[in-house]
Amino acid sequence: MDTPPAAEAAAADVQRIEEGEEFRGLRSAFRSFAFPVTIGFILWYLLYVLLSSYAPAFMATKVVGHINTALVLGLLQFASTFAIAAWYARYADRRLDPPAEAIRESHAPTAVHAPREAAE
Amino acid sequence: MIQLASAASDHRGLTMTLFGLFVAATLGITIWAGRQTKDAADFYAGGRGFTGFQNGLAISGDYMSAASFLGIAGAIALFGYDGFLYSIGFLVAWLVALLLVAEPLRNSGRYTMADVLAFRMRQRPVRTAAGVSTIVVSIFYLLAQMVGAGSLVALLLGVSGEGAKRWTIVAVGALMVIYVAIGGMKGTTWVQIVKAVLLIAGTALMTVLVLAKYHFNLSSLLGAASEASGKGAAFLEPGLKYGTTGTTKLDFLSLGLALVLGTAGLPHILVRFYTVPTAKAARKSVLWAIGIIGGFYLMTLALGFGAAALVGPKAIKASNAAGNTAAPLLAQELGGGAGSTGGAILLAVISAVAFATILAVVAGLTLASSASFAHDLWANVIRRGKASEKEEVRSAKLAAVAIGAIAILLSIFADKLNAAALVALAFAVAASANLPTLLYSLFWKRFNTTGAVSSVYAGLITSVTLVIFSTVVSGGKNSLFPHSDFHWFPLENPGLVSIPVGFLAGWIGTLLSKETADQAKYAELEVRSLTGLGAH
Repeated sequence: MDTPPAAEAAAADVQRIEEGEEFRGLRSAFRSFAFPVTIGFILWYLLYVLLSSYAPAFMATKVVGHINTALVLGLLQFASTFAIAAWYARYADRRLDPPAEAIRESHAPTAVHAPREAAE
Repeated sequence: MIQLASAASDHRGLTMTLFGLFVAATLGITIWAGRQTKDAADFYAGGRGFTGFQNGLAISGDYMSAASFLGIAGAIALFGYDGFLYSIGFLVAWLVALLLVAEPLRNSGRYTMADVLAFRMRQRPVRTAAGVSTIVVSIFYLLAQMVGAGSLVALLLGVSGEGAKRWTIVAVGALMVIYVAIGGMKGTTWVQIVKAVLLIAGTALMTVLVLAKYHFNLSSLLGAASEASGKGAAFLEPGLKYGTTGTTKLDFLSLGLALVLGTAGLPHILVRFYTVPTAKAARKSVLWAIGIIGGFYLMTLALGFGAAALVGPKAIKASNAAGNTAAPLLAQELGGGAGSTGGAILLAVISAVAFATILAVVAGLTLASSASFAHDLWANVIRRGKASEKEEVRSAKLAAVAIGAIAILLSIFADKLNAAALVALAFAVAASANLPTLLYSLFWKRFNTTGAVSSVYAGLITSVTLVIFSTVVSGGKNSLFPHSDFHWFPLENPGLVSIPVGFLAGWIGTLLSKETADQAKYAELEVRSLTGLGAH
């Protein structure tokens, strides 16, 4: 339906790739980063939301001048978002891209992927 | 209204000229892009030829809607700290897209969200569900933009009366249909890029002007804002809008949940990942988008508190009760105040940027929903995959005209609806109907067709039903039907209930069905989504 011939050829040995050690390593490298970090930042965000609603006195504490805890925590959400994004970018560059590329190269049926790489 | 109306005659000509230039430039781009659009991949995915940076700008353009620019600045100006909470949810949400959705989606899909959902399922039921939910989410979002456009355009251009407002809505709708039908994804993406650059430049200019007034000292800006607000220190603390009762606190939690989980399920954002050649480029575009959107929301903080300090809540409320004109009023003030040439020029520039913003977002939404109609509902469900590519693209263009017409009609009849509630509803529906199915499809081996279909419909029906029976529709002062009261759901945002329902329904549906998941297809999806092997 949506699958061109090249992909069908790839689908033939896809089961073999999936069971291979190389791919299992890639999958666990991805999951062991993405899943815990997602749970982590969602809890950190919910903590912030709950503090805003249920701990008004704490959030109103003045830190410097007119800047209070609420604003500092809010800006920390920005900082943590930027930091996690940068951390993931580095991690993906080192731990996800090389094995993904290796699998792609050793199993690509034809030159289908070459121009795609060049475009990047 | 008073303040703007008096200044209206000064800046109307200039605003019209600037906006006319934007329309002319983007129409030029659209016609150029239309000539380059040859096949379905060009029309739906811009030929997949954009770079990560270009797409990052376009994503930012799609995401920074009128609700962000005008709405958040206004909410901060009126409610102080509580307005800022929106920005945080809208930004953190991008991490879900970055870590879990963008790259697998780019690798395993082709043109629409349903491509991924239906990858290893029976095509027709899953595509129907995904297509319906895409169109529902997009129409809610579209309606919010059009309603906002109608009232803002009338206000900013100084035209008054229902007739002028309706003609403005019709004109905006017609323009967006032209962008989409002629330019396809290529044209729409370039419109988003131009708009994003204009919006960021305008916001940055105003931020520097505001901060310069306070010697680049954030604390003195906050002090001036809380003093001018008349609420004192409470203006800088959470709770002015959402902290009054136990119910409003729950409502806030519900909103927070919908915001953080909604982004990664918004169809018009998801299709943007198909415009780049590889998953790595999709990752880069999200990284750029996080940087650009984050910087933008930090600047809206300066705009909102600046408007509170320099314009004052009284003048803002007099102009627009919801605060939607805080940013343009601040521009006028920064330029030298009402009646001054500088004020008129800056107001005209910022108003033209606001128009550009609305127009671009509306075009993005129309494209995503008409693509889903043509590719999912028409080509794969109605024609059972037998339609030629040409037919499919033609039906997408016709769908764009139809969806444009529906949006115009609905906006004209629904122009009293609260635009912010509509956007938050679109996020809640996306988080309840789309995100659970998307995550299960990608990461849960056992997930099957029954699970996918129950997850989408349960999330969709629960969220929409809860909204119909909330104060958004009836029983409140700002309801759609303020004079009747059939509400029984106490929260304005359904996310707290409907998001867990969406996740639970997918899980229960899967377990109750006897159908076993297609192991070979899941292996293919896994390999493709992580390595890009066999990706389009």
